[in-house]
Amino acid sequence: MTPRPMYWSIRRELWENRSVYVAPLAVAAVFLFGFALSTIMLPHHLRAAALDPAKQERMLVMPFSAAPGLIILTSFIVGAFYCLEALYGERRDRSILFWKSLPVSDLTTVLSKASIPLVVLPSIAIAVSLATQLVMLFLSTVVLSASGVGAAALWSRLPLFTMTLIMFYGVAVHVLWHAPLYAWLLLISGWARRTPLLWVVLPPMALGVFERITFHTSLVASLVSYRVIGAMRVAFVASEGHDIRRLAQLDPLRFLISPGLWIGLIAAAAFLAAAARLRRDREPI
Amino acid sequence: MACIEARGLRKAFGSTIALDGIDLSVEEGRVLGLIGPNGAGKTTALNAILGLTRYQGELRVLGRDPWTERDRLMREVCFIADVAVLPRWMRVWQALDYVAGVHPRFDRAKAEGFLAKTTIKRGSKVRELSKGMVTQLHLALVMGIDANLLVLDEPTLGLDILYRKQFYDSLLNDYYDRTRTIVVTTHQVEEIQPVLTDVMFIDRGRIVLACSMEEFEARYLEVMVRPEHLAAARALGPIHERQLFGRTILLFDNVERPKLADLGEVRTPSLADLFVAVMGQAAGAEQGAAR
Repeated sequence: MTPRPMYWSIRRELWENRSVYVAPLAVAAVFLFGFALSTIMLPHHLRAAALDPAKQERMLVMPFSAAPGLIILTSFIVGAFYCLEALYGERRDRSILFWKSLPVSDLTTVLSKASIPLVVLPSIAIAVSLATQLVMLFLSTVVLSASGVGAAALWSRLPLFTMTLIMFYGVAVHVLWHAPLYAWLLLISGWARRTPLLWVVLPPMALGVFERITFHTSLVASLVSYRVIGAMRVAFVASEGHDIRRLAQLDPLRFLISPGLWIGLIAAAAFLAAAARLRRDREPI
Repeated sequence: MACIEARGLRKAFGSTIALDGIDLSVEEGRVLGLIGPNGAGKTTALNAILGLTRYQGELRVLGRDPWTERDRLMREVCFIADVAVLPRWMRVWQALDYVAGVHPRFDRAKAEGFLAKTTIKRGSKVRELSKGMVTQLHLALVMGIDANLLVLDEPTLGLDILYRKQFYDSLLNDYYDRTRTIVVTTHQVEEIQPVLTDVMFIDRGRIVLACSMEEFEARYLEVMVRPEHLAAARALGPIHERQLFGRTILLFDNVERPKLADLGEVRTPSLADLFVAVMGQAAGAEQGAAR
């Protein structure tokens, strides 16, 4: 059998970190439970709002954008915590000596770990979101048809194709935009001798406070918020509103030519290279 | 070709010198025991050989530079640090799948055959296994790998005597085939003595003694001296003297056997006794130099 170090390294990450798929599934399950309960009352509410089509539409469409929103946000958070632990845990439990006794390079290891938040988690989030929306669609259709309101009320208003396209776009731009954050977390996780979380949080906080007191500026804070939520401003047109029904809000061209994207990707590559280099030297702690 | 070749191998942690210019040559097919007190530099030397630590000096392992080519080297080198390095969350079948997936020279059937002789269940997590079973699992993985060099760093640390005995028996009977090279460090010197072909004592980053077991047996003799011959025996210049049940035991380096036979009962010393003698000597010489 030809060795496939990358494939098996990712498999082993999934063995170790089941939260990568359990967390999005759990959020989807909780959401679906709530949705199922509220759907029972849906025909009643639709009839009550019979004179206000806009309100009816919100009622019908809103859950379909809330579900992927929650699931994707969950996957971002899981990704961040995963990265913090990824290169730290193996040194703490000494298993790095076992991994290093096998013919897998440090670069392969670091890239396999980086692929979890950059490839695996986004794919899982999208798949779980789509599945959740399908179940929601099925539940609503059954309830609306049974109640006599008719499923057409939903199907005529739900922009299935646009909604899915916007979700893919939203996930893709955020993953690219956040890549340097994940890479930085991995680097800190490979470098810190203890409490990587504090090493991530405290230095920027201290810098921010120092800057605020000394120069009355907030460069650090705006840099951090630009990197965390800036993709919304760069990749979407704010005036169009963040509505899953409007394709016009997408601005892929502006996103692709924004220096913030490319500087971020270069930084991500540099951080990952540094993390791979660092792992060669690292011993159990 | 020598399996391991080192010239002036040095490693310092800050002001502490862990390896102080070691020269080393291990030929293919040897079983070398690296013996030394805690902090002598054994693990540092092994880490350098395995590409786990940066070093100064020249080092080739199977013709490669371990520091820059660790992942390539690990196709031909196996390594058991101690029982605590297998990831505790891993299941037995996952360990087999993973090694089979990344290692080009892993024979899964062989590893499974070895595991079948133990009581280890395929679905168990490493954290659920006893220390002895974890070592058996690690050994099973290593058995499956067709490696040229096997490095063992305190592989039986913390195991009870049954598992220790089993470990070395399996190693000799099922693994060692005279073309493979094994380097092992341990505190249980007595247990590995029959396994070794070569021995090396290391202390404070230096090699204090290096010889093959044949040389060792030819060079060192221990005499349980009869009281009336004690003065004559001491005149031959023993390197060490100790008391056992009221009898004096002298250890000689390079003194012919017939000369000693008249003085008392002659035998080959254990490595442990020689270790104590040589280390004592080294410490004495150092004190002498300081004075």
